[in-house]
This record gives sequence, C-alpha cells and structure tokens, in this order.
Amino acid sequence: MRILKEIIKNKAGRIALLVLVLLYFSVIFAPFFAPYPYDDDDVLHSYTPPTKIHFLNLKEKQFGPFIYGQTYEVSEYYQRIYQEDKSKIYPIKFFTKGFKYKFLGLWETDRHLFGVGEGKIYLLGADLKGRDIFTRILYGGRISLSIGLIGAAISLCIGLIIGGLSGYFGGRVDNITMRICEMVMMIPSFYLMLALRASFPPNLTSTQVYLLIIVILSFIGWASTARIIRGMAISLRENEYVYAAKAMGLSHFKIIIRHILPHTLSYALVAVVLRIPAYILGEASLSLIGLGIQDPEASWGNLLSSAMGIVNIRLFPWILIPGLFIVVTVVCFNMLGDTLRDILDPKRRIL
Amino acid sequence: MGRFILKRLVFSLPLLLGITFLTFLFIQIAPGDFLDKLRLNPQVSQDAIQLYEQKFHLDKPLMVQYFVWLRNILKGDFGYSFSFKAKVFDVVSSRLFNTFILSLSALIFTWIFVIPLGVIAALKRNKFTDRFLSFTSYLGISAPSFFLAFIFLYLATFTSWLPLGGMRSIRFEEFSLLGKIIDIGKHLIIPTLVLSLGSICVLQRIMRANLLEVLGSPYILGAKARGLPRVRILYIHALKNALNPMITIFGYQFSALLSGAALVEIIIGWPGLGVVTLEAVRSQDIYLVMGSVLAGGALLILGNLVADILLGFLDPRIRYEKT
Repeated sequence: MRILKEIIKNKAGRIALLVLVLLYFSVIFAPFFAPYPYDDDDVLHSYTPPTKIHFLNLKEKQFGPFIYGQTYEVSEYYQRIYQEDKSKIYPIKFFTKGFKYKFLGLWETDRHLFGVGEGKIYLLGADLKGRDIFTRILYGGRISLSIGLIGAAISLCIGLIIGGLSGYFGGRVDNITMRICEMVMMIPSFYLMLALRASFPPNLTSTQVYLLIIVILSFIGWASTARIIRGMAISLRENEYVYAAKAMGLSHFKIIIRHILPHTLSYALVAVVLRIPAYILGEASLSLIGLGIQDPEASWGNLLSSAMGIVNIRLFPWILIPGLFIVVTVVCFNMLGDTLRDILDPKRRIL
Repeated sequence: MGRFILKRLVFSLPLLLGITFLTFLFIQIAPGDFLDKLRLNPQVSQDAIQLYEQKFHLDKPLMVQYFVWLRNILKGDFGYSFSFKAKVFDVVSSRLFNTFILSLSALIFTWIFVIPLGVIAALKRNKFTDRFLSFTSYLGISAPSFFLAFIFLYLATFTSWLPLGGMRSIRFEEFSLLGKIIDIGKHLIIPTLVLSLGSICVLQRIMRANLLEVLGSPYILGAKARGLPRVRILYIHALKNALNPMITIFGYQFSALLSGAALVEIIIGWPGLGVVTLEAVRSQDIYLVMGSVLAGGALLILGNLVADILLGFLDPRIRYEKT
C-alpha cells in the first residue's frame, strides 16, 4: 500500500499506472466495449478505413454522434474506394443491445457500450476479412497483456528458486547452474525462441499455443533473474540470522524460503515489471511471423502480421494501430518499473 | 595476445557444442521431420525415402545422429538442406555475409551517435538538451524494432528515395561495381536505422552515466586543480576511462543485435540468417537449422572476442599475456 501511494505521488508513475489500469480494465471487459464479436467477418467491408463520426447534419436534422452508411466503388486498379452514403444515417447509441456474451463468464447479457444498429462502425478500420480492428485489439489484448504478466511471474518463480538454491549452497551446484544460465543468456533470444518453437508440432490449438508461448518465454527469461538472485543470496547467506536459523536446526529449504528470498523481493518486484515488456514483445514477434497465435484468434502481434506486405501498409495504414498499443503498453511498464526502482532503491537512479 | 585468443576460442567450443546439441534435441523432439512431405508425395518411392533415411542416418538413435553430424562438420561437410536443395554451407555462408553486413552497419551507425550524444548529455546535465535526449531515449527504448520497421517502411512509401525492403534492386546485375555497392547501401538505410535507434537510446544513457561518474572522480579534480585545459581533461583523461565499460557492452550488444536483426530481416525482406532460420524451422529442415544456429553462435563468440581484444588495447590494467 505504501508503495502504491508513492507511485501515485510520482508523476510518471501515476500516468503509467493509470494507462495500464485502463488497458487491463478494457481488455477484461472486452465484449462489453467491443461492438462486434472478434471473429465477425464481413467481406463487403474488407479494409474499410476508420469510420468518421459526425455530430451535426442540418439537412436531416440529426444531432449527436452518428455515422453515415457506406458504399464503395472499384477503382481502375481493382481496389475498393469507400465513400460515405449520406442518405443513410445511423446514430451511435450507448448501452445498446448487440451480440450475446457472458459478462465476466458469469451471466449472459447483450449490452454493449456503444453500437449503431443496422450500420457498421469501424473505429480503427477493418482488416482483410472486414473484421473490426478495434474489437480485435480489445480481444487480442487479453492474450498479449496476460502473457506478459503470467510469463514474467513464472520466470520470476523459476529464477527465485534456482538463484536462491545456487547462491545458498554454492560450490558445484552453483557452478553448473551458472554455466547453464550463461549459455541460455548467450544464445540470441530470437533464435532460441525459434528453436524451441520448432520442437513442437506447428498445428496446435490456440490454447496450446498460448501455453506454449508462455513456456518458451519463461524458459528464455529465467536466467538473468536467477543470476541476480544468486548474487543476492550469496551475500545474504553470510548474515548472522541465517547462522542462527541454521543453529536452531531449521532445514535448508525453510531457511531459503523464510530468510533469504524475502530479502530479494523488492528487487524481484522491479525485475518483474521491467521484464513484462520483453514477454509482450516476445509473444508479438512469434505471432507476427506466424508461429504464435493463429488467425481467427487475435493477439497484438498477430494483428500486425497483415502489415507484412508493403502494399498493405501503404494502402491501409490503420492496420499498424495494434503496434501503437504495444508501444504504449511497453512505455508504461518501463515507466512504472523505473518509478518502482526509484522508490525501492533510491541509490540507483541512473536513467 | 595470440595465446589469449587461442584460449578464448578453445573455451568457446563447449558453448558451441552445448548450443548445437540443445537445438538438435529440440528439433528431434518435434514430431515429424522433413521426410514427411516426401512420404506424402505419391511420386516419391518408398525406396528413395529409405535411401534418404540411410544416407542421413535418420534411422539411428538421436545421439548417434548428433555425433555423425559433428564428425561431418570436422570433415567440412555441413549437411544438406532439403528445402533449398543445396549444401547447407553454401546457403548459410551467403546469408551469414548479408547478416554480417547489416549488423556491422548498424553497429557502426550506433557507435557514431552513442559517444557524442552521451558526452553532450553529460556536459549539459539536467539542462534542456539532456532532458530532451532522456525523453527521446525513453520512447526509443520502448518502441519495438518490428514496429519501427513498419513505421519506416510506411514513411518510405511517401517518397521514392529509399527502396522498400529487400537487399538488391531488380536490375542489380546490370550495375557496375560501384553501382552495386551504392544499391546495397541504399537498401541498408532503413534496416540500419531500425536496428540502431533502440541501442543508441539505451547506450547513450549509459555513456552519460559513465562519463558523469568519471568526471566526479578525484583525479579529474586533481587535473583541474593543476590547471589543465578543460578540453584536454575531458577528451584525454575522462573520455578514455568512461569508454572502458562501453566496450564490454559492445561485445554483448552483438548478441542482441543478431537477435533483433532476425526479426527486422524478416519484415524488411533482407536475405539474412534470420529469414533462413525461420524458413528452416518452418519446414523442419534440420541440418539447415543446425547450420544457421552454429553460424549465429560463431558470430557471437567472435563479437565477444573482438570486444575483449579492444579492451586489452584501451585499458593498460588488463594484460592478457600473464593470464
């Protein structure tokens, strides 16, 4: 609680925390904020640019937010050019009824934050299959944002256990684990990721891929944490209270859990927050090259994969928007991590 | 010095062995292999497949296969790539060269900027310039390379100055030697920018911190007290010592660069090691995967070695002869 207060006192920390809470909140309640289901395709709206929201039409006496209908012409290069059809007006309704979903997985409802009835609203444009990118970003965020948290937490646990054990016992155990750590750290992570991904069949279900990505990313990430925890454990084990605990006959395991690891926690907290971006980016890059989350399911990396063709970027620049979400999230986690470090360890203010 | 280099190379052998064995293990755990495609092809006879299996010892246990692969490497045979239908050595060496060009140009570009920017930020500490650099470096650290690649490609589509991806123009073969170099240089610009922006941002901050630390040390105060010119203190006494830690980072940066380069290569379409590895992993082309991992590892060890040698030249406290 004290830490939370200090974060809020700090300007950068406050902004970062606010944005992150907002992101996670909207992602958790994705079906409520999203106007359409994530796989709701509509070939007639392939690559629709972001819909313009209007507020005033004097001729039709329409006030408040509304959108026009859409028609398209095919250009000489067989490319669709979308135009607003001013004869059709769809007012944006708030807390309107839409597709059915389970609110938090508990009870069924069909209320959404906004909707336009018959028309189609694409806040951030549409992709190849005419799916709403805004909706897919919300759903994709569920995967991208949770992988960051879970992956960082798992690799922290592995790092704490291995680092704690090897620092506490020292000697040969320490030597071997540290060599393994160095090896894992030395291999360029992208190649390691590819090699690990190669050891599993390419066609897995989405849930399996999701778990696999977490496993792969934790496997890559534990080493650096373990090394630092080990360093701390080596100095901690020389403390008098550790000797006292030993003299009182406490088992090694209990000493590590009760007397060594708790002292590394403030470092661990900073490390987790600063490492989350790496996991989000890891998932994004795997999905981007088509080895991660597969198509009907959305993740921020996989949404970006449609931008792989230069023509697509040029003609439909809005498909890059998921990348902006990645950048914002990463900036916020970095800011939060730095603030945390300043709070927990005022001596190390470098950046 | 020669003995030191030799020693380092010998010590890096187990590392390479470890990396390749792990990779081998991972790929072999995966169900199926590259022959599966051939097996499904009705035009390929069962005999041919058996012949393949025997030729590449695929019917033997895992350890035997690995040692056969190792033995062949000592003979200079890196195996055969099934998807490229060529020798792995030929496929990997040409790609390795491309990756090397890209990494080198990113490395040079990075260090041209890191040191001056770090010095400027340290000298203008807490003034506007410093704060501006700090802010931009924050953004730069956080923007992932793949996103930067997309953004740069998007911006490049508005002008016709820069080629959009790839490494060579279509009419590359018609150019003169100079034209060829210029052509590749033009193609290098976007990937180099993408790869170096992030590291410029990080390293510039570290350089700043290093220089500030050195400038605060007693011997600088001593030099000032003796009335040495400011410029001389800064550039001869302080800078040299502030650079030492940077050189260690320089070595480690190679690993990060290789890793980052792979993804950027795939997006930009630069025909480097990353693209080949991805292709090989997708088609379970085992010897190609092994070959490219080996090449990547070798490049990495080389990078660290260069950093150590540089450090030996710059820091008189380190003498490799005696160790």
